[in-house]
Amino acid sequence: MAGGFQVDALDVARWQFGVTTVYHFLFVPLTIGLSVLVAILQTLWHRTGDEKYLKLTKFYGKLFLINFAMGVVTGIVQEFQFGMNWSDYSRFVGDVFGSFLAIEALVAFFLESTFIGLWIFGWDRLPKRLHLASIWAAAIGTNLSAYFILAANSFMQNPVGYRVNPESGRAELTDFVAVLTNKVALITFPHTIAGAFLVAGSLLVAVALWHLIRNRDSADTPAYRFAAKFGSWVTLVAAAAVVITGDIQGKIMTQVQPMKMAAAEGLYATESPASFSVLTVGSLDGTRELFALKIPYLLSYLGTGDPNGTVQGINDLQAQYTAQYGAGSYTPIIPVTYWSFRFMIAFGLAAAAIALLVLWTHRKGRTPGSRWLLRAGLVMPLLPLVANSFGWIFTEMGRQPWIVFGEMLTRDGVSRSVSLAEVLTSFTAFTLIYATLAVIEFKLLVRYARAGVPDLTPAPEPDDTDDAERPLAFAY
Amino acid sequence: MELTTVWFLLVAVLFTGYFVLEGFDFGVGMLLPVLGRDDRERRVLINTIGPVWDGNEVWLITAGGAMFAAFPEWYATLFSGFYLPLLLILLALIARGVAFEYRHKRPEAAWKRRWDRAIFWGSLLPAVLWGVAFANILRGVPLTADHEYAGGLLDLLHPYALLGGATTLALFLTHGAVFIALKTVGDVRERAGALAVRLGVVTAVLAVAFLTWTLAIRSSAAAVVLAVGAALALVGGLAAARVRREGWAFTGTAVAIGLAVATLFAALFPNVLPSTLDAAGTLTAANAASTPYTLKIMTWVAVVFTPIVLAYQGWTYWVFRKRIGVAHIPRH
Repeated sequence: MAGGFQVDALDVARWQFGVTTVYHFLFVPLTIGLSVLVAILQTLWHRTGDEKYLKLTKFYGKLFLINFAMGVVTGIVQEFQFGMNWSDYSRFVGDVFGSFLAIEALVAFFLESTFIGLWIFGWDRLPKRLHLASIWAAAIGTNLSAYFILAANSFMQNPVGYRVNPESGRAELTDFVAVLTNKVALITFPHTIAGAFLVAGSLLVAVALWHLIRNRDSADTPAYRFAAKFGSWVTLVAAAAVVITGDIQGKIMTQVQPMKMAAAEGLYATESPASFSVLTVGSLDGTRELFALKIPYLLSYLGTGDPNGTVQGINDLQAQYTAQYGAGSYTPIIPVTYWSFRFMIAFGLAAAAIALLVLWTHRKGRTPGSRWLLRAGLVMPLLPLVANSFGWIFTEMGRQPWIVFGEMLTRDGVSRSVSLAEVLTSFTAFTLIYATLAVIEFKLLVRYARAGVPDLTPAPEPDDTDDAERPLAFAY
Repeated sequence: MELTTVWFLLVAVLFTGYFVLEGFDFGVGMLLPVLGRDDRERRVLINTIGPVWDGNEVWLITAGGAMFAAFPEWYATLFSGFYLPLLLILLALIARGVAFEYRHKRPEAAWKRRWDRAIFWGSLLPAVLWGVAFANILRGVPLTADHEYAGGLLDLLHPYALLGGATTLALFLTHGAVFIALKTVGDVRERAGALAVRLGVVTAVLAVAFLTWTLAIRSSAAAVVLAVGAALALVGGLAAARVRREGWAFTGTAVAIGLAVATLFAALFPNVLPSTLDAAGTLTAANAASTPYTLKIMTWVAVVFTPIVLAYQGWTYWVFRKRIGVAHIPRH
């Protein structure tokens, strides 16, 4: 950046997309994971009649809803933002990408929003089974919604099932099923969902652990013990799923976006066999490495499944793309991709390690009491949340300079009619309102997490209340 | 029928559904400080829409998605062109949505007061701005030959657009008052019913003026019929409100809003965003559309899923059909 710093509408639009998307995805993993976990807790209550499950359902249900509201309102911004800041991108991909957003809204989001309303307010209005079905319908809607969104995103990573019309210059859908079953979508979906359960499981553990360690012998200890163990198992299984799907994803990425794999590794020269860099310090301009700690053969294995396989380097790919697409840089910002990739892995694994520790402290009917474990437990949900964010930063930044890989550059997708002042206004407004709401949301979550599981003994009814005037089981 | 026409109709239906449904919950939000004299009454008002507002808002998300999918040029030009109004709408919808969920989470009066303000402004801004936006869509905006918006913010704020904003504001207020009268018992119901009648007179004048002006700008036989229908439904609804037939009053305002939105779309067709600058810039259902293949797939998805969505959303309204009053509000 020699010779002064200049900001244009494109830079601000990119920052806005980054900030609003990462922010939106702070809430989405909890919505995806916790909707299912709450549904499971409520199902356990139905099956066993054990009140501990009902208490946990109501307790974690409240935390779920505090989080859910934020996911919904920040999601609307995402849909509008494509048209507002990225209108040339929207023109180019509307035929393919837009249809997935529309189908998501019609097929999944209606289901989620309508049934969540029925679940929140339906405790005394719906038959028990129908009320249970409502939370499952909402959970299914949420997860289905994730698939359509990820299929749309996967088209940007690995465009399939389309052709570019030479007359209009727009991408046109030619094979809907191909887009729906894009191999990147098929593997990104389980990876993302597993990542979401990593967050949700960790939240279960953190909150339960806090209560367990603070008060070892309360009437609710069995409920918290169950939640801590259940959450730990969810976290561990999710971690295993994240690793397995991430491994497959790495191999697919090496095929379809080799530059992203090379950028994840800071691998400048093509190597066979290629070693995995645990830590590499590069020169500031990002073209040479100064120091590196490496595990031999590992990158070849991760990228190709063969310890001696060839992994293409940044410099060779850059030369190849220049020949293919014309002069220009086709290399992402290496420090960003390199470190986000490592942070994603490290933070995710750290959460799994704490989950193992929590299970160990619960062995043979024990209840944990260590302050150190408490501290570890409290940061636990933040770890996979940060891992999720870095995962997205990696996958989106690793695609750069493309907005649709091989077809459209990010700089060509931005709205031409939107001025720097306008996009700065919107970026500032969103950042301010998002920051304010983040503080409010976090405080509420902490407040309700501390309050603990609810007391289920019903409040005494005043004598003159007839049935028609009985207070609602839940009201805003 | 051409698929582009089918999708023009579907986008129109989605926006119509959105305004009919979210129209009353905007109205409830705006009437919160007017009809809710204390916290319990305000909670009654919020709870009339509590279980349904989120589902209502999905109509907007679906309408936006349908526009993106079926008419990418329309979506791209409109959303980048109407940048600041849409930004305000988004900020309002964020504040309002969070407010419904968070308001009751703490007992302090100051906390509730802040969220009440968020609900009020978060309902009022979109109620006005949607009218401004749709009036501009109908009248047309300066577009270059390659369909880029060439105006500024002030180009969107002319008298016709402002009348549009005042009309949607008044319609949603009346619709909200009628809805509250339908869904509550006791004092709140009485006050809402009386207010609906008073608001109704102003609303009827604004709506008739706006629709007449609309038809003077561009018109079709269908648009005239729909506009007359909207006016009749509104008058009928108000007459029913006067004699406290709340179900009919709500039917009247709902049909009036639906037909008024339909009037705009009928007058607009086959254009989707006329240009006032370069005639070549005008976007039509044909030149803004996706490919027939995409439209065909989308049609199948819509044919299968729309009835399902309508069924379960309708069922939600049935589940929560009972009126509520202050006695129903729990202490926490």
